[in-house]
Amino acid sequence: MTRPIEKVLEVRDLQVKLSTSTGPLHAVRGISFDVAMGETVCIVGESGCGKSITALSVMGLLPKKAEVQAEALRFDSQDLLKLNERQLSNLRGDKLAMIFQEPMTALNPVYTIGDQLTEPLLRHRRISKREAYSLAERILEKVGISGAARRMQQFPHQLSGGLRQRIVIAMALICEPKLVIADEPTTALDVTIQAQILHLMKDLQREFGMGMLFITHDLGLVSRIADRVLVMYAGQIVESGSVAEIFDRPSHPYTKGLMQCLPSGVRAQPGARLGSIPGIVPNLVGGIKGCGFAGRCPAVREACRSAEIALRAVAGTQASRCILPPEEVAKLWTEAVGLEIEQ
Amino acid sequence: MLAYVLKRLGLGILVMLAVSTIVFTLTNVAADPARTIAGEGATAADVEAARIAYGFDRPIPVRYAEWLANVAQGDLGTSYRQRRPVADVVAERLPVTLALGLAAFALALALSLPLGLLAGLRENTWVDRLALVFALVGQAMPTFWFALLGMVIFVVKLGWLPASGSDTWRHFVLPSVVLAYYATPTLMRLTRAGVIEVMKSDYIRTARAKGLRPGKVVLKHAMRNAILPLVSVAAVQLGFMLGGSIVVETIFAMRGLGYLAWESITFSDLPVIQAVVLLIAGIYVLLTLGADILNAWLDPRLRMG
Repeated sequence: MTRPIEKVLEVRDLQVKLSTSTGPLHAVRGISFDVAMGETVCIVGESGCGKSITALSVMGLLPKKAEVQAEALRFDSQDLLKLNERQLSNLRGDKLAMIFQEPMTALNPVYTIGDQLTEPLLRHRRISKREAYSLAERILEKVGISGAARRMQQFPHQLSGGLRQRIVIAMALICEPKLVIADEPTTALDVTIQAQILHLMKDLQREFGMGMLFITHDLGLVSRIADRVLVMYAGQIVESGSVAEIFDRPSHPYTKGLMQCLPSGVRAQPGARLGSIPGIVPNLVGGIKGCGFAGRCPAVREACRSAEIALRAVAGTQASRCILPPEEVAKLWTEAVGLEIEQ
Repeated sequence: MLAYVLKRLGLGILVMLAVSTIVFTLTNVAADPARTIAGEGATAADVEAARIAYGFDRPIPVRYAEWLANVAQGDLGTSYRQRRPVADVVAERLPVTLALGLAAFALALALSLPLGLLAGLRENTWVDRLALVFALVGQAMPTFWFALLGMVIFVVKLGWLPASGSDTWRHFVLPSVVLAYYATPTLMRLTRAGVIEVMKSDYIRTARAKGLRPGKVVLKHAMRNAILPLVSVAAVQLGFMLGGSIVVETIFAMRGLGYLAWESITFSDLPVIQAVVLLIAGIYVLLTLGADILNAWLDPRLRMG
């Protein structure tokens, strides 16, 4: 694999504050990462960890009341925070595209596939409707939809979930973006379709050479699609590294716990039960002190609760926000799961 | 699509038949047509003579069948009071009500759609609150009172508009405004609710993610979905207006359908009452059909049924 060089997205110390009815919510608490052309970066985490907020803040699609700050938020060497709404909308759907989670609701029910699919082209390119339709037919074939001409005349409700998701993908790729943000693109699909869509996205990425920011709560998908992984918890990156590094040697208790929740993670022990991380994500309204995972961590120390834990290098490109040595993290949860079996 | 329309049309004909049965039976039970025709101060013998002369001594089902056959051929009978064909009487009044109803409806839409859209897009801002107050006042104020208020200001104090009648377009201004303001709150609130709901939907986010301009996102992607629930309610409102508002037409002495209905009921002019009710029912049936077709055109998911 060729080493990606050109950075298409650069995020430094991104902070997002939302206002809720119960108070200000610090949803993203200083995260930094890059995405290079041709590279897939996965953000993994539970619901509410801030991964979708991160995606939406890159797209500039957060509600107006949301407060977005960053040392740098650069896309294709443009400072996204300095762009006004009009300039942002010139990028969206063109060089910067997004694939959404719900194929059932992401398409407008009252317009044909052709109409919706050609919209980005007609918005961003100076081409005729006829040219846009022929380009759209070609991209439909690329995402594996046969009989494109007929599909273009159909309405979303006439298509299956898998087909709709292919169309949503085609819609995002039609202007050949430099970066695609995919927010749980396969979560709403059944498993066989999931595999097809993942495969398709990987193929298309190879063909178009774009960078991809893939957001998921499913660690199982990560190994199949990602080059690099960011594990997010309570608005922070708690661990980052290459797929190999993260899967071979998870060095944060949360990552280790997530692995334990995978069927493959416990396969080694016959008769073992699938693990789960006890407890719930902390409430970020009003802010939290110390490590966000302290309340659920089986190896929590006094120091974890008093002060913020910094992201520190572990080995290679891997970094973790944990004070435990990696060897100790490796021993975690297996015992916890063992305990659960005895009960 | 054709099958859908035919099915609705067939249903409409059934509704019309049911309405004709009910209206014929009820009017004949509620009033004695022979007494009306014989006139005031008629003796019992006179009434009996009229009863036999007009065939009212025959059972209602027989007379209903006869009336229905005539109606089907376009003969609505003769007005007892005016002694001329009912069709002529109704045709004379229809244009006034049509003009009033259509003007009021157009005005109501012109007010409620932009206001509802604006209020929905600016939910919980002063624009929204102002629109809601406007709607609340419209809903709370009785029509007759608003009509009289308008008369006091624009006719008596300012002298800009004529008080009553239906001769020139100026006669239609005040009644149209009164009737429109009556319909506006419902339509506006529905539009507002629709816009708020639709703007939260995923396909709006998709539209924005494509880089579409805000105007296009709202007018193309949001509006068409937001007005879906509005169509059938608007059809009923229009039906109400085209049926002739008795209150508004009476206050402004506009010789329209509503006024005619009121007159005919007062004089027990059965053929006219029957014709007016049948006409109003027909208007509702057609409008409902129109609304169904419009909805199916707006929302392809409905074209299946």
